Amino acid sequence: MKVVLKNLTKRFPSRTKNGADVIAVNNFDFEIPDGKLIGLLGPSGCGKSTTLNLICGLEPPTSGQIFFGDDDVTRLPPENRGVGLVFQNYALYPHLTVLENIMFPLQNLKGPEKMTKPAMREKAMTAAKLVQIDTLLERKPSELSGGQQQRVAIARALVKTPRVLLMDEPLSNLDARLRLQTREEIRRIQQETGVTTIFVTHDQDEAMSISDMIVVMKDGVVQQIGAPQEVYDNPVNLFVSMFLGTPPINVFDGKVENEKLYIGSEAVLSVPGVKDQPVSAAIRPEGFVLDENGPFTLNLSRVEVMGRDTSVVSTHPASRNVTVRSIIPARNKVDRSARTVRFSLLPDKVFLFDVDDDLRLPFVVE
Amino acid sequence: MNKKSMKGWLYLLPAILFLGCFMVYPLIDVLVYSFEEGYNSASQTYLGVGLYNYSYVLRDPYFLQAVKNTFILVIITVPLSTGIALLISLGLNAIKPLRNLYQTVYFLPYVTNTLAVGLVFMILFKKTAYTDGLINLMIQWFGGQSVDFIDGPYWAKMFVLCFYTIWVVMPFKILILTSALASVNPEYYSAARMDGTRSFRIFYKITLPMISPMIFYLVITGFIGAFKAYSDAVALFGTDLNAAGMNTIVGYVYDMLYGNSGGYPSFASAAALILFAIVLTITCINLLISKKNVQY
Repeated sequence: MKVVLKNLTKRFPSRTKNGADVIAVNNFDFEIPDGKLIGLLGPSGCGKSTTLNLICGLEPPTSGQIFFGDDDVTRLPPENRGVGLVFQNYALYPHLTVLENIMFPLQNLKGPEKMTKPAMREKAMTAAKLVQIDTLLERKPSELSGGQQQRVAIARALVKTPRVLLMDEPLSNLDARLRLQTREEIRRIQQETGVTTIFVTHDQDEAMSISDMIVVMKDGVVQQIGAPQEVYDNPVNLFVSMFLGTPPINVFDGKVENEKLYIGSEAVLSVPGVKDQPVSAAIRPEGFVLDENGPFTLNLSRVEVMGRDTSVVSTHPASRNVTVRSIIPARNKVDRSARTVRFSLLPDKVFLFDVDDDLRLPFVVE
Repeated sequence: MNKKSMKGWLYLLPAILFLGCFMVYPLIDVLVYSFEEGYNSASQTYLGVGLYNYSYVLRDPYFLQAVKNTFILVIITVPLSTGIALLISLGLNAIKPLRNLYQTVYFLPYVTNTLAVGLVFMILFKKTAYTDGLINLMIQWFGGQSVDFIDGPYWAKMFVLCFYTIWVVMPFKILILTSALASVNPEYYSAARMDGTRSFRIFYKITLPMISPMIFYLVITGFIGAFKAYSDAVALFGTDLNAAGMNTIVGYVYDMLYGNSGGYPSFASAAALILFAIVLTITCINLLISKKNVQY
């Protein structure tokens, strides 16, 4: 089922008398293709959870429309939309067993949809098997680990075979190891059921690793939509470039003169196609190449060995971050006693942004 | 005994001494009195040891009347007050404007003196030579027969006592239940809304189980409190409760000690222990039921 959001806007009235309204979601326009896993990504307070609440119907939009396939569901109550929602804290009923929790949505069905007890049980069992908790059915949620509770919550959301599955920060309550495991699990369940899935996260690793597409949001406004790699390789503005990637991108105050990028007094890269102006130069950590004769000189602070590769921490007067972090393959040895370290840059890992509106200034990569 | 546990006992000593003097010793004393026949507190003598005190009390029509009154009071007021308090709390929880005002209004009886409230109830219900009382006037407006609620038939007096008791115990229950309702995680309601759960089912399947520990707490303390009722009856019907036929078990104990028929500490002790046995039994039954039903 494809999901279409048309000019979706949500405005919350101000708490104070003369304060401005809060626009949680501003003119969200997006078509989610059928059967895809979409990651809604952004810092906290960017409107991603509100977007989710609008799609599932817990909040009415101020303006705009929501379509599931060709059905306009904007005014439908949540139960008639055919959505399943996994809450951030799972919201499992503590007094019911796992099986009762999963069966709860089915027991609410009325009229022609009303199911018999054995049929409900069978459906609940199917959902439980899908998320592999069919051995824990008689337990109470308090007797389950965080990961198991998460699975129960997913089974409860899936038991009515929804057209769209929504997840609010599905991994935020799990520890690091479980998080890796569970995100694979979410991917598997999504692919097995083929249900269009939208999940919200503030963790870019999470979003990049399992999504078919990511939507980066900031202050209620969609910044960029695309496949994870594409967004990472071609950020449209400074915010997106800074939000994606660990370690984060290094940002410098620079300027362009005669199609050359200057950081400090050094001309570090030729950037054909950009006119002379001050710029924000953002360089991915993997964009640095250790080079004795390289054009870019940094003051070496320390070298961190991470096994697979080496992280060179240095400083530069024009850097906006306190330290500049570059990642180089472990086989390249850095002279740790030296005061400075020299790099040349990979042009496709360097992004230039306008200093006024932070938009990308494209240049030709030779 | 090592140094650490010595320290612990030392810290507990004041409380142990205090409780020992004013609770454990009197309790044992009451138990002893209840078996000493014809005990005279002035001369500190008694005639013999046996179960006569108990058999006397259990055959005393005043005591039987008191037991009957107490049980009627308990059975009517505890479920009614808890149920009404739950309804009011649900209402309070559902409204936004003026909630604080209503909460204050509902809480007022809690900070009002029992005897003062009793006086107000007397004015509302009592029939005198000059006026029939406000309630009777209202009954007459609607074409009913006026009833003497304070000195009249038994059911009328019992009605006033129950009404009064419910009114007095309600604020505390509302206070507890509103905070219990407010502490239910709103995500459960969102989850229920996602599934289109009807509001009665939400109440029955989610809200009620969530606040069930608090409801059982209120029922248990409600039972104990109602069994110990005394001052309410005095506030309404005066000190001679036996004559009014509205005595309670605690009232009977008091009368045996200090009332017109006073000076019988042995009978009072026996009655007090019978009350203790009743309350203990009921509380144990309550706890057993609650263990079965409050499951998380």
